[in-house]
Amino acid sequence: MKISLRDYRDSREVMGSAGVENPPGFRMRISPSLTADRQKTLQDHATRLRCDVINALAEAGSGHPGGSLSCADIVATLFFDVMELDPENARWPDRDRFILAKGHAAPLLYAALAGRGFFSRDELGTLRKLSSRLQGHPDMRKTPGVEASTGSLGQGLSIAVGLALGGQLDGAAWGVYALLGDGELQEGQVWEAAMAAAHYGLDNLVAIVDNNGLQIDGPIAEVMAPEPLADKWRAFGWNVFEIDGHDIWAIHGALVEAQGATGPAVLIARTVKGKGVSFMEGECDWHGKAPSQEECHVALEDLIGGEARG
Amino acid sequence: MGDTQVFEATRDAYGRALVELGALRDDLVVLDADLSGSTRTKKFADQYPDRFFNAGIAEQNMMNMAAGLALAGKVAFASTFAIFATGRAWEQVRNTIAYPRLPVKIIATHAGLTVGADGASHQALEDIAVMRAIPGMHVIVPADGAEAEAAIKASLDIEGPVYIRLGRAKVPTITDGEFVPGRGSTLANGDDVAIVACGIMVARALEAADRMRERGINCRVINMSAVKPLDEDLLLRAARSCEAVVTAEEHNVIGGLGSAVAEFLGANCPVPVLPVAVKDRFGQSGDPDALLEYYGLMPNDIEAACVRAMQMRG
Repeated sequence: MKISLRDYRDSREVMGSAGVENPPGFRMRISPSLTADRQKTLQDHATRLRCDVINALAEAGSGHPGGSLSCADIVATLFFDVMELDPENARWPDRDRFILAKGHAAPLLYAALAGRGFFSRDELGTLRKLSSRLQGHPDMRKTPGVEASTGSLGQGLSIAVGLALGGQLDGAAWGVYALLGDGELQEGQVWEAAMAAAHYGLDNLVAIVDNNGLQIDGPIAEVMAPEPLADKWRAFGWNVFEIDGHDIWAIHGALVEAQGATGPAVLIARTVKGKGVSFMEGECDWHGKAPSQEECHVALEDLIGGEARG
Repeated sequence: MGDTQVFEATRDAYGRALVELGALRDDLVVLDADLSGSTRTKKFADQYPDRFFNAGIAEQNMMNMAAGLALAGKVAFASTFAIFATGRAWEQVRNTIAYPRLPVKIIATHAGLTVGADGASHQALEDIAVMRAIPGMHVIVPADGAEAEAAIKASLDIEGPVYIRLGRAKVPTITDGEFVPGRGSTLANGDDVAIVACGIMVARALEAADRMRERGINCRVINMSAVKPLDEDLLLRAARSCEAVVTAEEHNVIGGLGSAVAEFLGANCPVPVLPVAVKDRFGQSGDPDALLEYYGLMPNDIEAACVRAMQMRG
């Protein structure tokens, strides 16, 4: 049974609880639809993010390229189109919230934040170094624009559920977007959170699963199969959108539909780990290993070919 | 203790305080994990249903939902039994509440042996140790209902996370119902030996001190409800005056108040520090008083430790 927060409260009031004023009718903001120009721009942003990730990781000498590259198109669509943010005022109360549940994709988040102007792109070169604001996994107390400290898998969706509950309590228009890994779905806590989101009828919550099919020890299907993903989420009371996670049109369209959905929505985005870099695509080994300088050059060549780099 | 002594469980004081705070603070939300009747958060839930979230039997999700609500600008109180709050959800508390210093107040009930008949699986004897080990975490163990209420109210003014350890059983009211973070209080004066106690063991320490006074031994009794940050000044003065210290807690001997006191005094004023605590064992089913006797947490156990500590001092 799925009940909205409002029904839940009403039922309690009928039961004789103290009179509680319901929040005014709230609805998650709905983004305008995509144009061909915007689509091209977002694709360019995604490529730029991938280049920034490769450069930052090569400089850092460690980190997670595979799972950062796989969700670059999703993150580009969110940060450069769908989400309303104010880089000048990172804590703008009405901003949309992004929770990187798969915190090891931090380099991608940092690239997106730098791209939006939360801090200088030069700072990406300090990734993972002592006293840097750019920690190996996101630290909300250090990095402007980072909403929650994540990195320990399985916890991000629960944080997002709490945030969405808070937004609903206040009748806020901002939405919560949580990006999860598919291997992460092996954590039982994700399903506790999934249950809670549906129970509380969280219209303002959108989860995206980066379904790249690989985890550190191998293919997710071999390590501990979380499939069938769509059926599981549906059974937990979610609206499910299955999309190609590298198709900006599909990502954008599903996000807009998810914004208007009643109850929580999840995008299961089929992706390729290491997407865009020939020698990283579909390779488990590139989950948590930085490219050498030489590999970095090849990777940038793959991503932007003869175009100017940097 | 006279017949007029008031008895109240610290969890009952919590339920009372929450309802009062709920009226004062719109931004206060409460979470529980299917134990709202036992933890007494139900009183708040009945009064403010829109600000109460039952996570069901899912403590890890509850802790992180509390973190999320804190990120949305709320002050979140999260409650369940101590064993689950600090055991099942330790890493959620560590990484998602304490590391980002979020204003989540973890109010755990049913700590210690006095859970009674439910037995070892439900008797948290390690919670102080594991919460104390988290950087920036306040750890508070009130001695009675009055102090619990004061600590819960004070926790609102503490920036960041707080752990407050409450019990199931009724305990005598012995404090004046004041609590200042990082401060302990001296409930009895004396210079022969200092008993530093927390929680239900404070009343027992006072009882031991009364008996020893009849034998001509003057004990100082300190209620160290502020286990972290510890009241170092108070401790230092006691150690210098008495030169022998006994600690008393309803917790394992490893990592709790006794460890905190020994760590501090060892580096700053080395004197004998003898712990009265559970001796690295699990609990079991039984009547709370019978359990306290079985595991050596009686006034006479404190008394014996005091005598030994004074002998060690020479």
